[in-house]
Amino acid sequence: MTTPMTISLSVNGERVDAQVLPRLNLADFLREHLHLTGTHVGCEHGICGACTVRLDGEIVRACLTLAVQAHGANVETIEGLSDNGELADLQRAFRDRNALQCGYCTPGMLIAAQDLLKQHSEPSREQIREHLSGNYCRCTGYQAIIDAVEVTARLRRSRVA
Amino acid sequence: MTAAREKPEVPSVLDRPNSYIGKTVPRPNLDRLMQGRGQYVSDLELPRMAHVVFVRSPHAHAKIAGIDTAVANQMPGVVAVVTGPELAAVITPWVGVLSHLKGLKSAPQQAIAVDRACWQGEAVAAVVATSRALAEDAAEAVLVEYEELEAVTDMRTALNPQTPVIHAVLGDNLAFERIHDAGTVDQAFADADEVVETSFIFGRHTGVTLEPRAVVADWNSAEERLTIYQGSQAPHMVQNIAALHLGLEERQVRVVCKDVGGSFGIKVHIYADEMATYALSKLLRRPIKFVADRVESFNTDIHARDHHCKGKIGVKRDGTITAFEIDDLTGIGPYSMYPRTSAIEANQVVNLVGGPYVTMNYRARARVVFQNKNVMCQYRAVGHPIACSVTEGLVDLAAMKIGMDPVEIRRRNLIADDAYPCASPSGLRFEKLSHHASLAKLLEMMDYDRLRAEQAELRKRNIHRGIGIASFIEVTNPSAAFYGVGGAKISSQDGVAVRLDAQGSVICQTSITEQGQGSESLTAQIVGSVLGVPMERVRVILGDTDNTPYGGGTWASRGAGIGGEAALQATTILRKNILDVAAAILQSTPAELDIADGAVVNSSDGTSRIELSELARIVYFRPDTLPPGIQPELMATRHYVPREYPFAFTNGVQASWLEVDTDTGFVKLLKHWVVEDCGTIINPQLVDEQIRGGVVQGLGAALFEKCIYDERGQLTNANMADYLVPMSGEMPDIDVGHVVSPTAESELGAKGAGEAGTAGAAAAVANAVNDALRPFGITITEIPLTPQLILSALGRI
Repeated sequence: MTTPMTISLSVNGERVDAQVLPRLNLADFLREHLHLTGTHVGCEHGICGACTVRLDGEIVRACLTLAVQAHGANVETIEGLSDNGELADLQRAFRDRNALQCGYCTPGMLIAAQDLLKQHSEPSREQIREHLSGNYCRCTGYQAIIDAVEVTARLRRSRVA
Repeated sequence: MTAAREKPEVPSVLDRPNSYIGKTVPRPNLDRLMQGRGQYVSDLELPRMAHVVFVRSPHAHAKIAGIDTAVANQMPGVVAVVTGPELAAVITPWVGVLSHLKGLKSAPQQAIAVDRACWQGEAVAAVVATSRALAEDAAEAVLVEYEELEAVTDMRTALNPQTPVIHAVLGDNLAFERIHDAGTVDQAFADADEVVETSFIFGRHTGVTLEPRAVVADWNSAEERLTIYQGSQAPHMVQNIAALHLGLEERQVRVVCKDVGGSFGIKVHIYADEMATYALSKLLRRPIKFVADRVESFNTDIHARDHHCKGKIGVKRDGTITAFEIDDLTGIGPYSMYPRTSAIEANQVVNLVGGPYVTMNYRARARVVFQNKNVMCQYRAVGHPIACSVTEGLVDLAAMKIGMDPVEIRRRNLIADDAYPCASPSGLRFEKLSHHASLAKLLEMMDYDRLRAEQAELRKRNIHRGIGIASFIEVTNPSAAFYGVGGAKISSQDGVAVRLDAQGSVICQTSITEQGQGSESLTAQIVGSVLGVPMERVRVILGDTDNTPYGGGTWASRGAGIGGEAALQATTILRKNILDVAAAILQSTPAELDIADGAVVNSSDGTSRIELSELARIVYFRPDTLPPGIQPELMATRHYVPREYPFAFTNGVQASWLEVDTDTGFVKLLKHWVVEDCGTIINPQLVDEQIRGGVVQGLGAALFEKCIYDERGQLTNANMADYLVPMSGEMPDIDVGHVVSPTAESELGAKGAGEAGTAGAAAAVANAVNDALRPFGITITEIPLTPQLILSALGRI
């Protein structure tokens, strides 16, 4: 149990090899071993959504995922999704709508919102609220976030059209 | 946007061309936060940094008979295990009292408990190790022998003679009592046609900042200097307190506040575990990091509210309110918090009840008692939600008693918009409020008459919807009257320094701080507008005691009104200084010149004369070419504090529209409206978002949030699965409108807006729930309004 294990995975497109204890969770691995501190830790028990990352294309709670479970997987964090431009329009909408205040929930919120937008091109406000209901934000009251996601969906549709 | 100002003959710097004042512009540097490249304290790592984990008392009240650290000391990675008496050699205890709160008493509090733990969660030992995980492992091996003592948990019996006294030296469990009696209250109740009395209960809740409290303390023994990285709202206050209790001069302490993951008043206090972390760094001569986990947050972040308040209102049949009377009781835990004290909330309740209304007959008593629960102190909108819920609940009950519409009774009793300046029966001075204009605007926004018709229609189909209205006043821009007069070294003034750099951009250092409200943005907007440069060329530095002027920080809705005015005044001087140099260079006069879009221009026709970058080049690199006797001063500093009014009161009104499911007891929020008046609006979007965020914190208190203690003082829901907070699915859209009455005390005219949302939201919801339940003949005066509470009131469980 306390013997380090070797893991190999892709993080934001880079190959990472590491020795980790089995008990280490993915959030701490990203933050402390790889210094990718954009993945935030809010509750450490899977409620708040601040540590949301993408693992093999699906969003997961990094605090409820062990680092060893990510062996062989493709992990994407806010840093990678920012650098590759995938979230650029969503981030622009968040900025224009002031959909963040302290910013601590924002990386997780953006990744969760992008997950919805990939599944639904025309989500209703209720669907947006429902999809983001696992991501806690204490600052905004959520309305600005819902607005920013709604606007991004509309702009993406108009680009496709 | 801006209403008529008091001094129209003086041209305002706010009205300059290309002004950013009153405009929605995005906050600078949001990309950093959106790309995960912020610098929160929990992200910080320093060389040789060790991590502290605290062993915390599992008992609400217990004698510490012994602590065995032998096993823990031998665990992997452990640097030190430190107990209270050992740490007391490095840091002195403190007592959270202020002299202007007459009679307030508290006991000395230690950084780590010595001999006795007084609440479940109080630290009794510190384990320092090379990683947090290793420190947590070793903490489990610290053996603490406790002798459990009787816990005082029920505030209602805390003062009974048979209840144990928590701190024998204090004589009883009464921390503070205030009695206020104004007007002729007994006569006013006698003159009333109806008198309504009831009791209000407010659940204990807490801030739940998404980033828990975190601190990195770095004692450099060679420099004899302590650097504290902490997400505080008041860095100079932290500097003062840390120095005082570690036996240092303030110059030996630097406090750095980078990004802060939510604060709301939670991070404006000095916590024992933070003090312990500073002391451990000094003791162990290396950087020490403390990050609270979520359980620790619930057990040790200050709690708030938890009031039982009896209320009484007298009303005549024509709707005239004749008097208010309250008797408020609140339990604050075992110590008054440091240094702001835990008597402020109850004191504010006394100050604020009845505040929007005309009657001058008002009697109040507030009692603050000790108990063996987590400490309570100031959280967003301190006292306001209590005062507003009591006042507005009583007003609705009075209206119901005489069969008057809730809007109509307010129209008849709110202070008239042309009655200012005036004072409240508790002595608050109002410069200019706008209750009636705000109410009128609210009714228009919500289409009140249509909603009433809809409500009546739905009732026929057994759908129970309610409308709740709540008028409120809010304390903002506090002067020294808040803390300074009581002896606390908490500055009420703020300072701003602005300078032109060598390429014609502006560096601005301000003593207000940023926790996401938009302090950086409003400062850049003001500096850019007053100077005449694009905002992008203004860099704002905040949150560093080494690199900003001395000041209070951001709390009590003061950043924009006080820090913003300091920015305006400093930039006005810088502008004058620049124009003096420009006039010398251009052989013109300052009066003929202006600055626009980063260049000195002719004030007559706007023709560009010299770019600020060129002016800066000459000043910094070729001063030899300036006329003799010219010594340019391209930096200016100004400080500001309100002097005329102790507080700049704002006002507003909120409305809630909701549906109560009388089978399940669930409340569905359908819509919420707010009209508020914060004076000059610097950035409409930021103000609206402060209001919305504040409202949702109030909605959490109204419906979900409560720290549930058992009779032994155990917090039973100290995690985010069991302590419910508002999530996106349950929250309504919130419409925000404004009335603008600038304060004439400052040139900027801005008052605060950060707490208005929280002040009135719960009152509006409670009134709406009672409005919805009116056909059942019941009234609920307790929050949170859980399904259980509602079903119990309906007699269904």
